[in-house]
Amino acid sequence: MQDLLFYFFAVLTLIFGFLVVVNPFTRSPVTSAMFLVLSIISMSGLFVMLHAFFLAAIQILVYSGAVIVLFLFVIMLMDLKEEARSTFQGIRLTFSLLLAGLFATVLIGVVLTSGLGAEPVVLTLEGSTAVLGERLFNAYIIPFEILSVLLLVGMVGVVLLSKKNLN
Amino acid sequence: MTTLQTYQLLACALFCIGLTGALVRRNAIIILIGIEMMLNAANLNFIASWRYGPNPEALQGMIFVLFSIAVAGAESAVGLALIIAIYRYYRNTKVDQYHSMKE
Repeated sequence: MQDLLFYFFAVLTLIFGFLVVVNPFTRSPVTSAMFLVLSIISMSGLFVMLHAFFLAAIQILVYSGAVIVLFLFVIMLMDLKEEARSTFQGIRLTFSLLLAGLFATVLIGVVLTSGLGAEPVVLTLEGSTAVLGERLFNAYIIPFEILSVLLLVGMVGVVLLSKKNLN
Repeated sequence: MTTLQTYQLLACALFCIGLTGALVRRNAIIILIGIEMMLNAANLNFIASWRYGPNPEALQGMIFVLFSIAVAGAESAVGLALIIAIYRYYRNTKVDQYHSMKE
């Protein structure tokens, strides 16, 4: 059952991820963003399979809730005309695919030769949100505060960047 | 029986799909979406390594992914603001038509 669910979510994640990039139905970025939502939701299913329940919820809330809404807002603000099906320049496409394929080969080679796949599943802990919160606010409090400063800086930067005239 | 290797291969495939998207497409927004997919693949890898790792009670993988999700949110917000600022100037989102740095 676990295996079946894993392959179900994995195949869904890959198919929707592929559709994000290729997007054979329309050329509109809205469709790509929507496929990204589906890909992220199936990936949060994988997080549940890995007993990271809190992160699965966060993945759905933050990514498909907040980030994708941001993307959709920007896409719709821009008032893009339906673009003609872009003609991929051959040399660019070839070079990109070559580069990605080379990278994939290296990564798969590393994964297959590292020999990390033999370990059994550790079933000693459940998805421990309470422990996670306790760690986050005790041992990891300084990175947490730095992260909140980063988000504040990002927010100020975004407001400044999207003003009409920068001076 | 799913092993760590299966998850790593899946994350690798997802990363390469995102990389291809960021390289092939010319719409700046799709490039950002490809980068988000690459970040997601890295997150999946972190979770799998945490789960199958020697010491899952330390929760380091989960905490790293929490931070990484927050940083990815900030990154996409700043990236989209940059795209809006560039769009005001060029009136489109095709990256190969942003050429003012070449001149």
